[in-house]
This record gives sequence, structure tokens and C-alpha cells, in this order.
Amino acid sequence: MLKKLYDWIDERLEVTPMWRDIADHEVPEHVNPAHHFSAFVYCFGGLTFFIILIQFLSGMFLTLYYVPDIENAWKSVYYLQNEVAFGKIVRAMHHWGASLALVMMFLHMLRVYFQGAYKKPRELNWIIGVLLFIIMLAFGFTGYLLPWDMKAVMATKVGLQIAEQSPLIGGVLKTLLSGDPTIIGALTLTRFFAIHVFFLPAALIGLLVLHFYMIRKQGISGPL
Amino acid sequence: MKKGKNIKYVGDSRVPQDIDKNIPTDFSQYAGKTEPFYPSFLLKEWMVGAVFLVALLVLSATHAAPLERIADPNDTAYIPLPDWYFLFLYEFLKFPYASGPYLPIGAFVIPGIAFGALFLAPFLDRGPERRPLKRPIATGMMLLAIASIFYLTWYSVEHHDWEATKNQGKIVDIPGEDAPEIDVNADGYKLLVTYACTSCHGDKLNGGAAGPTLINLGLSSDEVTKIVKEGKGAMPPGLFKGTDEELKTLSDYISSLK
Repeated sequence: MLKKLYDWIDERLEVTPMWRDIADHEVPEHVNPAHHFSAFVYCFGGLTFFIILIQFLSGMFLTLYYVPDIENAWKSVYYLQNEVAFGKIVRAMHHWGASLALVMMFLHMLRVYFQGAYKKPRELNWIIGVLLFIIMLAFGFTGYLLPWDMKAVMATKVGLQIAEQSPLIGGVLKTLLSGDPTIIGALTLTRFFAIHVFFLPAALIGLLVLHFYMIRKQGISGPL
Repeated sequence: MKKGKNIKYVGDSRVPQDIDKNIPTDFSQYAGKTEPFYPSFLLKEWMVGAVFLVALLVLSATHAAPLERIADPNDTAYIPLPDWYFLFLYEFLKFPYASGPYLPIGAFVIPGIAFGALFLAPFLDRGPERRPLKRPIATGMMLLAIASIFYLTWYSVEHHDWEATKNQGKIVDIPGEDAPEIDVNADGYKLLVTYACTSCHGDKLNGGAAGPTLINLGLSSDEVTKIVKEGKGAMPPGLFKGTDEELKTLSDYISSLK
């Protein structure tokens, strides 16, 4: 039955070659921890991606209860934390996942850097990687405000003061992020929410597609 | 499904085989033990992922995400603190040549140079060598960056008043739960209002922007007197300007609050 369905789709869309391009390739010995235990350093990138998937899922469930509004944001998080079944665990996963994603991404970057894996022909993928680094930091910065508690607002105040120091565009950048030149309030929260759940994920997915496409195209760099 | 059915080969998705001095030898040149990605290697990745997920779940189940009291943007007494991964930058901006009139240097120039160098790493470090020890400049710069990030983070954690952070963020007004009933007609309560204790400890004495709760402290009257006289934490000594008799009434009242 499944085979028939597959053949029916394959006949029309030719999915087999696509499947082959994604999954049908050999993994070399030097990145396989089953052969050399030290090859575990090659796990960091994959684990970062795995945590990103967890972040997407847990974040989607958090938005079922979260309200991006200064009156209700904190109350909705408090409710989620204390009343909703498993709300505490989902929020904790999103919280700790954020930290772990940054740690894993940092380790992945160090692996690539110290192995000189960014050298020709992989310069472009390195640049995509640094862009991903910045996107992930932006996730951390915008997500920190969303619970709308004391630490969130006060840290955001400082963060926006730093953003203001950018030459020429500093003032505009701050207004763009906070919705007002001086006030940190309702508009700031909705903007950070929109950036955190729409703009950044869109950029993240696009860059990840490029990142993975280039890895498949170029293969993993050889052993040292 | 029959293997190979309908397959149109779309070309090997590897780099061209042109040998360039700068390109390290491709792994296909090594007679190693390769393994198909699907299903053998993917299964191993799956297992690593499963172990990791269990660890994350245990962490999440035992350590809840922190939540402080609802934001009050006008509370100037609050000491701001970013999440741990921004601590090094926060600490860095306290250096004299990175703050005040030099803030643009600390907030823009230095991070700009750091990220700029990171972006341009493949174009700055162009040699054919890949081993860390054979590229001392690139390796040294990164080790220096890691050392400074670790040092600044450690310094920030070491010199921060975590007790104050814990207290200043405590949730005092739990939604759906009223503050404990207190006798506002007692002489002790009137003294607390008269001597402005309530401005920090709250009208309901359950804590406020700058002071902790006064309810159910479990202290004796004498111990309360001592704190009022000598101060504690953010509370300076000698705030209370009343007579000894009033102090006794006040201390008795506070120690009686349940």
C-alpha cells in the first residue's frame, strides 16, 4: 500500500533523485566517532541544529498561552508557569535550550576555526555561519524581554543603549527596535515579539538552508 | 519500492576535483572506512540526539526557568543584569575606556572589530596550512578572545551581588492571591507609616521595590530592634528617628506578624 503510494507520487514528481541528493552519500571515517572517538567534535553542529528544532517546537507551544502585551505578558507567563499542565517544563526547555544552543554553536564555531575548515573553498559557508551566530544572539536578546519581568526590561534598556552607540544609524536603530526614541513599553514588547517569532526564524531557516546546501555541495573538509 | 527506479542522476554533489594548492585533500582521497549516511550514520546521530534530549528534559524538569516580578520600567533602584552569555560584554562596558564618553568604543568599535575579524577570517588566514599549531596568529587571536570572554564572564559573576539580584526580583504580588491580612489599626502599623518604613516595605508590608517583606520573618522583637538600628543589606542604619519606646512597639508589632 505504502509502496503503491510512493510509486504513484514518484511517477509524477520524481522524488527519488531528490531523496538521493539529500541522504544518499558516504560519511568519511574521520568524522565518525565510531572509528575515532575524538571525532565527537563533529557533533556540535548537528546538536546545534537539533536544539534549534527543539526551540521551534517548544516556542510554538509557548505561543499557545503567551500574550505579547504589557498588561498580560507577565501574567500569561506566570499562568503558564504555575497553572498549565507541563507549562513549566516546556518553558524550562525553551529557556535552557536557548543557552545550550549558544554553547553548542560556539563549540561548533571553535571546531571549524581551529581546524581551519573555513579555508578555500568554504569561505562563503563560514560567512553564513557568522551570520547565523549573530541571528542566534539576536534570538537571545529579543527573547529575554518577552516574559516582561524586571530583569527583562532592565537588561533590554541597557541593550538598547548599546545599540544606540552604532555610528550614524544608532538613534534610528534604537527607535526601530523599541518603537519610540525614549519609551520602552508596549511597542517595544510587540516589536521584540514579532522579531523573535517571525523575522528571526525566517532569517534563520533561510541561512540554515544555505549552510546545509553548501555542506552537501562541498562535502566535509578532509582530516587534518 | 524497487531500488534505482526512476532515478535520474543529478551529478555528484561534491566540489570539482580540480587540484588547487589551497584546497586540502578531499576525504575521498583517503582510503578510510566510509559509511553510508542513511541509514547507518543517521542512526548514530539519532542516538546522540536521544541522549542529549534526555539530558535536556532532566534539566528542564528539575530546574524551572526563572521569572521575576512584573516589569516596572520606572524602578531605578533595580540593578540590571543580562542573561549569562552577554555578561562578558556587560562587564567589558564597565571598563573606564569603554564607558562614559568612551562608550562608543566599548559598545561599537571593539565588538565591530571582533565580529569583522570573525567574518573575514578565511580571507585574513589564507595559507594552505590547516593545523592550529601551523597558524599561530589565527590560533593565538582566538585563544586570546576565548580567554578574555571567560575571564570577563568569571569576573562579572564573581563581583555581582547575587543576593541583591535575588531579592530585587522576587515576586511579591502573586496574582489571584491577596497579601496576608495585617492589622492596620495597630499602633505598630501607624508608626511604620509615620517613619516611612512602608515606602520601601510596601503598604501591605509584603515587600516592595527596595525592601523585602516584613511578614512572618520569624525574628524576635529584640532581633527586629537590632536590624532597625543597625540596618541590613540595602537598608542603612539609623533610618528610624523615633523614641526607644516607639521602637519597642514597632519591633513587637513586626515580630508578631504572621
